[in-house]
Amino acid sequence: MGIVYVLNGLYFSAFLFLTSLGLSIILGVMGILNLAHGSLFALGAFMAAWVIGVCVNAGPTVGMIGGFVAAMLLAAAVGFVLENTIIRPMYRRPLEYQLLITFGALLVIEDLIKLTWGGEAYYASGPFDMMGRVNILGGEYPAYFLFVMGVTAACGLCIWLFMARTKLGIMLRAIAMDRDMAEAMGIPMRKLTILAFMLGASLAGLAGGLMVPTSPALLGIGMEPLIMAFIVVVIGGLGSLKGAVLGSLIVGQTRSFGVGFFPELEMPVLFLIAVLILVARPQGLFGRA
Amino acid sequence: MGIKGGIWVRGVAICAGVVLLVLLRWVLPSYQLILFETGLCFGIMGLGFNLLLRHTGLLSFGHGAYFAVGAYTVAIIGRYLPGLYRMEILLPGAVAASAVVAAIFGFVCVRHTRIFFSILTLALSMLVFALLVKLYYLTGGSDGIRAPIPSILGHSFQGMRRPQFLSGFYYHFLLAAFLVATALMYALIHSPFGKALQSVRDNEVRAEMIGIRVRQFRWMAFVISGMYCGLAGGLWSFVNGHVTPEVAHWVFSGEVVYMTLLGGFKTFAGPVVGAVLFTFLKLYAISGTEYWMLIIGVTLIGLVLLLPSGITGAMASWAARLRSLGTRKI
Repeated sequence: MGIVYVLNGLYFSAFLFLTSLGLSIILGVMGILNLAHGSLFALGAFMAAWVIGVCVNAGPTVGMIGGFVAAMLLAAAVGFVLENTIIRPMYRRPLEYQLLITFGALLVIEDLIKLTWGGEAYYASGPFDMMGRVNILGGEYPAYFLFVMGVTAACGLCIWLFMARTKLGIMLRAIAMDRDMAEAMGIPMRKLTILAFMLGASLAGLAGGLMVPTSPALLGIGMEPLIMAFIVVVIGGLGSLKGAVLGSLIVGQTRSFGVGFFPELEMPVLFLIAVLILVARPQGLFGRA
Repeated sequence: MGIKGGIWVRGVAICAGVVLLVLLRWVLPSYQLILFETGLCFGIMGLGFNLLLRHTGLLSFGHGAYFAVGAYTVAIIGRYLPGLYRMEILLPGAVAASAVVAAIFGFVCVRHTRIFFSILTLALSMLVFALLVKLYYLTGGSDGIRAPIPSILGHSFQGMRRPQFLSGFYYHFLLAAFLVATALMYALIHSPFGKALQSVRDNEVRAEMIGIRVRQFRWMAFVISGMYCGLAGGLWSFVNGHVTPEVAHWVFSGEVVYMTLLGGFKTFAGPVVGAVLFTFLKLYAISGTEYWMLIIGVTLIGLVLLLPSGITGAMASWAARLRSLGTRKI
């Protein structure tokens, strides 16, 4: 029975990892704490649910792939617009303005979702039903959950390869370390910050899209992932891929076992863990001091 | 105009303002007056919030938590200890409870500055939110708890309806509490403690060098700030008549940041002006359209882009420009 909790924990971790990785890239490279990140997650969820619903005759596989791609593209496009219109003037402004403007963006996006898709819930369980269940150690487990973990692991690997091995990735890390120096070295700052923002946004959109076959797209759906992603980033350490992995594993497992054994205190226990880690290591597990 | 003249003008203006506020009870219709009371409560909270933002340089995104602790202290006493449901116990209780919670949370938060401080305060307020929602047998979950009219100094207001209570005696009570809180905050930021906080904000290393214990000062500011929120929450619970977990949600804390910026966080009166304006703005947006978040969001973005110093800040700079125009002519 315990294996189910562990697997469920991994499944929670998958979403958290995608969401917090996007948040962490935007925060690490550009120094912007994007409060609208959860809204990008919600946008992805609504878009994927809508596409899966539209493509219902073409079969769940087409709908699913179309939905996930559409979710990523929409989130990236919104990220592009956000960066170009309201975030760009904020790079040199104090933190409070950055937070406020992304908070404003959050309110606007939430209502734009309501305007576009109406207030009701969107269900799209086609891909989940299609994949059925598999046998794991004598118990049945939904294959879709494993699929999500696989997609997440693949994304994590791609991002790691991109950051560690490609020239673009190295330039992004250079910006994260020292913005002015990177600019002085001739790194094309404008293009790269847009790229980083779109990359982070599309990861949030993908996370939202991946979630939609298992639970409906609702208004305000992005709030919880946002808070959880904050916790992951805080305990994992800012701008650290390893931190994001370990942080989401800790949070995901705690949630899974919390839901199973102490449902009332699941969130508080999570915060308690976060607080304990931070008192011992203020910069987070893998953060630079 | 000499400095002395300035003080005189300011003193007369403040007295006139206070008289106007006192008279408002008979001028404004009951509904508007109650809305104004909500604004005053948020104004007290804004004062506390700005002690951190303006004077200590810390941006909290979770001050709703301490507001909620104050409000829930009142509501929980009302539900479980009705014998103690007296204003003389409720308000100090609300302030004390929020002080305790702020002391615990602040201890963790002040180890960080800038963005991490904001994330942490936000996360901790969500902890309070989660507790309030999850411990439903104690807190009523998302339904919240009713906060009936308390007795004040032995007077029980029995048989009085809430709007009548609110637009009557309670307005002056709230106004008095607001004025006292404002005066105390003014004194605090002009005290050596307030100056020490500013030095911490401006240059942490130098502050440490001249013997200020930076973390401890930040912590003290955090606790005082939380106590203001607790007072505001306690006072607000009677105005609203009902306490729900939403006030601990980070979106409410975000609104407080918005109010402060709207009014202008670089001035003392800014948060109060912003709080009152925001209360009216939000209510009219909500009653006018289903898409009120869009309106608030667009206003917020426009404000940050075009009017970063807020209303009071903009007014001050316009006044300065006018004055410089005047001197140039001479």
